[in-house]
Amino acid sequence: MSRSTTTVAPHPATGSVTLLIGTRKGAFILRGDRARRTWKLSHPHFLGQIVHHLISDPRDPRTMLMAARTGHLGPTIFRSTDQGRTWTEAKTPPAFPKAPEGEKGRVVDHVFWLTPGHASEPNAWYAGTSPQGLFRSDDGGVTWEPFSYINDDPQYREWMGTVQDGTPDGPKLHSIIVDPRDPAHLYFAMSGGGVHESLDGGKTFTTLVGGLDVVEGFDPANIAVHDPHCVRLCPGNPDRLYQQNHCGIYRLDRPSNQWVRIGNNMPKRIGDIGFPMVLHPRDPDTAWVFPMDGSGVWPRVSPGGKPAVYKTSNAGKTWARLSKDFPKAQAWWTVKRQAMTADAHEPVGLYFGTTSGEVWASRTGGVRWTCLASHLPEIYSVEAAEL
Amino acid sequence: MTVHIPSALRSYTGRESEVEAEGRTLGEVLSALDRRYPGLRFRIITEQDTIRAHIRIFVNDTQEQTLEAPLRPDDQIHIICALSGG
Repeated sequence: MSRSTTTVAPHPATGSVTLLIGTRKGAFILRGDRARRTWKLSHPHFLGQIVHHLISDPRDPRTMLMAARTGHLGPTIFRSTDQGRTWTEAKTPPAFPKAPEGEKGRVVDHVFWLTPGHASEPNAWYAGTSPQGLFRSDDGGVTWEPFSYINDDPQYREWMGTVQDGTPDGPKLHSIIVDPRDPAHLYFAMSGGGVHESLDGGKTFTTLVGGLDVVEGFDPANIAVHDPHCVRLCPGNPDRLYQQNHCGIYRLDRPSNQWVRIGNNMPKRIGDIGFPMVLHPRDPDTAWVFPMDGSGVWPRVSPGGKPAVYKTSNAGKTWARLSKDFPKAQAWWTVKRQAMTADAHEPVGLYFGTTSGEVWASRTGGVRWTCLASHLPEIYSVEAAEL
Repeated sequence: MTVHIPSALRSYTGRESEVEAEGRTLGEVLSALDRRYPGLRFRIITEQDTIRAHIRIFVNDTQEQTLEAPLRPDDQIHIICALSGG
């Protein structure tokens, strides 16, 4: 595989930043000024709905898509074309095909992940669901159809496993990535079920798990036991990917198919377990993670109750702890895989939402931090948009 | 027949708590409702035509399990949001 190394975000952004926040009890919009100093929190949108992902369309920033459900009601997608002032529900949300008579069909529990399509396909969107399914819309999110063959392929179904094989709130298809140089070059990941790549627009996918560790005692050749938590492609070099996995932090430089465990360079007392993976918008050597306690029974909280971001500026050779303004003790929260992100400014702004409902921001690439909001519901996703 | 709408679905019915609909089966009534209130059916019925886990549908005093349940014109249908956690 050989592609140009054209970058997609070569120039720092200068506009105001808006944070789109999905929570267990609704969505919130946190609007900042151009200096990223003052912020105004909206009232909840769709209060009470479980919002796994809320994201704006970089091809048309007026448009936002929201993946929602409630405890009672089934999954759907809401769409706004006026930056969140009004919302319209998708006519046909992602759904698996009706099974033939006598067979048991699958049911989408929730839409977990939304990814805008390639810049050359202005109405294309992808969605990943729980249980694992891959869907696409070609009309801006109004109607959705199963995408590719993987939802019903026997091999993929074996790798997806059953509902019981996934994360505590269901197995998930996530990290849908479109190569900015080629709309036919796609990646996605499954928890569990590994990382997958297509070079032909989804007609075929191949596994991409070389070099990844799995839980002790399992065979890495079994794709089903691979658990990527979050995979990201470098905007500054689309031939480089980073991954936060259930079993460590990795980097992949294409055309190699072998992931390298850069998390081995993290401090041993912290480890390299976590959920989010955040990349610099221009520098492919710079990335941030938010480690959690993956020891023993997997508490999934900040190690020792002391939250910290870790940053690498050399593609994972070394890591620096960034925790200057965080609580020094007794802070037993963590950050989910979609709940940490970066803007495109210089210095880069970093943002994350916690399981305890706080939103933290840094205008200095993680050196100093400010708590922008607290007392929100459990935060599932944070996306930064320049609106 | 009258269909009683729970609060969670009244964003679809213009805040109406009771609406009239026709059909020979529960499935036909819900399809008729979906034509009038697009999107309502999928929030309570899965793509496999099963009633969602935390939804209950009663016809008069009887809980129905399938969309094939036959209906009479004077039946009262209650859509109920069952317990679903905190």
